[in-house]
Amino acid sequence: MNNNILVIILASGVFYGTPIFFAALGELFTERSGVLNLGVEGMMLMGGVSAVWASQHIPGSSWFVVLCSILIGAFAGSLVAALHAFLCITLRTNQTVAGLSITIFAGGLGLSSYFANVWDVASESVKHPIRILNPAGLSDAPIVGPIIFHQTILTYLSWVLCGLSLIYLFRTRTGLKLRAVGESPQTADAMGINVVKYRYIHTILGGALAGIGGTYYSLTIVPQWVDGVTKGAGWIAIALVIFGFWRPDLTLLGAYLFGALQSLGLILKARNIEINGSLLDAMPFIMTVVVLVLVSGGWAHKRLQAPASLGVPYEREER
Amino acid sequence: MQSPLRLERRLTQPKWLNWGVPLLSLLGALILGGIVLAATGKNPISVYMRILERGFASTDAFSRTLISATPYAFTGLAASVAFRMGLINIGGEGQLYLGTIGAAFAGIAFADQPTPIIIAAMIICGMLFGGFWASIVGVLKAKFSTNEIITSLMLNYIAAILLDYLIFNSKSYWRDPKSFGFPTGKRLVEGAYWYDMSFGPITVPFGFLVAIIAAGIMWFLYNRTRFGYEVSVIASSPSAARYAGIRTRWKIITVMSLSGALAGLGGASDVGDFRHVLDSKGVQIAGYGYTGIVVAALARLNPISAIFVAVFLGGLSNAGYALQGPDFPSGLVGTLQGLILFTAVAGEILTRYRIKRQTYVAEGVSS
Repeated sequence: MNNNILVIILASGVFYGTPIFFAALGELFTERSGVLNLGVEGMMLMGGVSAVWASQHIPGSSWFVVLCSILIGAFAGSLVAALHAFLCITLRTNQTVAGLSITIFAGGLGLSSYFANVWDVASESVKHPIRILNPAGLSDAPIVGPIIFHQTILTYLSWVLCGLSLIYLFRTRTGLKLRAVGESPQTADAMGINVVKYRYIHTILGGALAGIGGTYYSLTIVPQWVDGVTKGAGWIAIALVIFGFWRPDLTLLGAYLFGALQSLGLILKARNIEINGSLLDAMPFIMTVVVLVLVSGGWAHKRLQAPASLGVPYEREER
Repeated sequence: MQSPLRLERRLTQPKWLNWGVPLLSLLGALILGGIVLAATGKNPISVYMRILERGFASTDAFSRTLISATPYAFTGLAASVAFRMGLINIGGEGQLYLGTIGAAFAGIAFADQPTPIIIAAMIICGMLFGGFWASIVGVLKAKFSTNEIITSLMLNYIAAILLDYLIFNSKSYWRDPKSFGFPTGKRLVEGAYWYDMSFGPITVPFGFLVAIIAAGIMWFLYNRTRFGYEVSVIASSPSAARYAGIRTRWKIITVMSLSGALAGLGGASDVGDFRHVLDSKGVQIAGYGYTGIVVAALARLNPISAIFVAVFLGGLSNAGYALQGPDFPSGLVGTLQGLILFTAVAGEILTRYRIKRQTYVAEGVSS
């Protein structure tokens, strides 16, 4: 039963969707505070390469090293995000261009590749990959086994984060303030909310989550360092936030949809189903465009919950 | 506690900013790059000296720099013309791929024609293919107001998959049927090679001259015609443009296609001047399209400056290829480009604001 193609597609959807969800959740927080971050891809790659370095150089038991690698991946992502925050919030530069320059600076041809060379991390496979768990031997359970119990620790963490972020955004005072900052920073400022602080914190938090997403690529999916290993996942994550109407739960579903699309080629090839592999490889990217068109026009446009001040620098002097 | 410095909006832009900001940006990038180099145990001064030496210091090196600069000039122009209307086209990469496909097609199909005809066909096909690819983004933006940043980027990945498909995963028109083992594209006949023009000891690729001509045309189009005027109105105020009766949607599609055609022309020059074959992997590793964004930002969207900036960044890449090794790891050139982009972006703040010391009139009264 677990060999059923639908079960495999669902299980891979969760497996490959998890890193996209991490990055998308980070972007969601950043955008909720009114900052557009197009540097996700670069932050993911910096997180990924730093995590590989940690995995190869930190001594200790496997669990300890994995924990450290995840933390270091998150830290690297948040450092890059801090740079973005400085450009966008303090210097008030054009957020689109700032994010792009982050991705060019840190991306597959830039700093992440440079560090990979200097640290020499690409030559061998990762010593302590983040392994797939089998809690209480439940992986073999019918249907839910592969989908729910044949995943890594990061998948479970992502579910916890999804629940927590729902509560945070819609049930707490701080979450309400965060949304106020993204909707109307002037009003929030007048209420006594520190707009700059909220934006900095959530941009940096977003970078940390993107870094964890990158870590998932370099320590679980591959698990070895390859320049540009995320292959555009950061950009898909940005599109997913729009697709998920800036809500964590919908974004999670969207991430799994894209995860399933990404793995479809491999699954069908393994079953010797005759199909154009290139077309399948292109599917996630084609679908992103289709989804964007769907949510940009017509009925969806009215329902979109985009933060009203997304991408607009806040200047206190100008009201 | 407030910071001691304050940003004050400029009402006028002094002239010195036009050259001062890019120069300051470069200086800042070199300093930041030096910090990265020093932090990873390299001597910044010697690395920079070697870049200078291998990129610019001899006529030979300079000729090779011009080869690297040519695609950057095209992608830089492509990014500039779109950015000037506020269209963030980051699909230069994919549009350039399509240009290589179109040009290689023309080069193979017209192989028995005289050279000028082949070159003209390659240029036209490269522009058409690149323009078509960008027009998809333009139409989606104009019809559904779809975010052009993400769609143009997604089309980069799709174009890369298309390139791989044509060479590796199909028996396409472009693939050499005689290539065993590692598949390659069909090589163009020598009659389809673009000219090398000699100016004294320096060799200038034909594509570079085309880029200069294209920059001239773009400068004229944007500064001296009604079209350029309307584009600048749309850029500064879309609603004013609408009231003035400017057909914004058509402009979006036209400008995107123009931008794509320029990037496609870069692809055509890559095939005609340099590779003489549809080289899927080679053109993908180069990352010409993304560098085009750096060129446009540093040139402050001026087409003429874009040529000079392209030569500068071409020198950087050329030195990068020449020096690649343990002392000069790959990724360093991209890092330096990224830093230049950063400082150029941050430098823009000088054009919009004056940095002033904070002065307090009285406690509790903020200005």
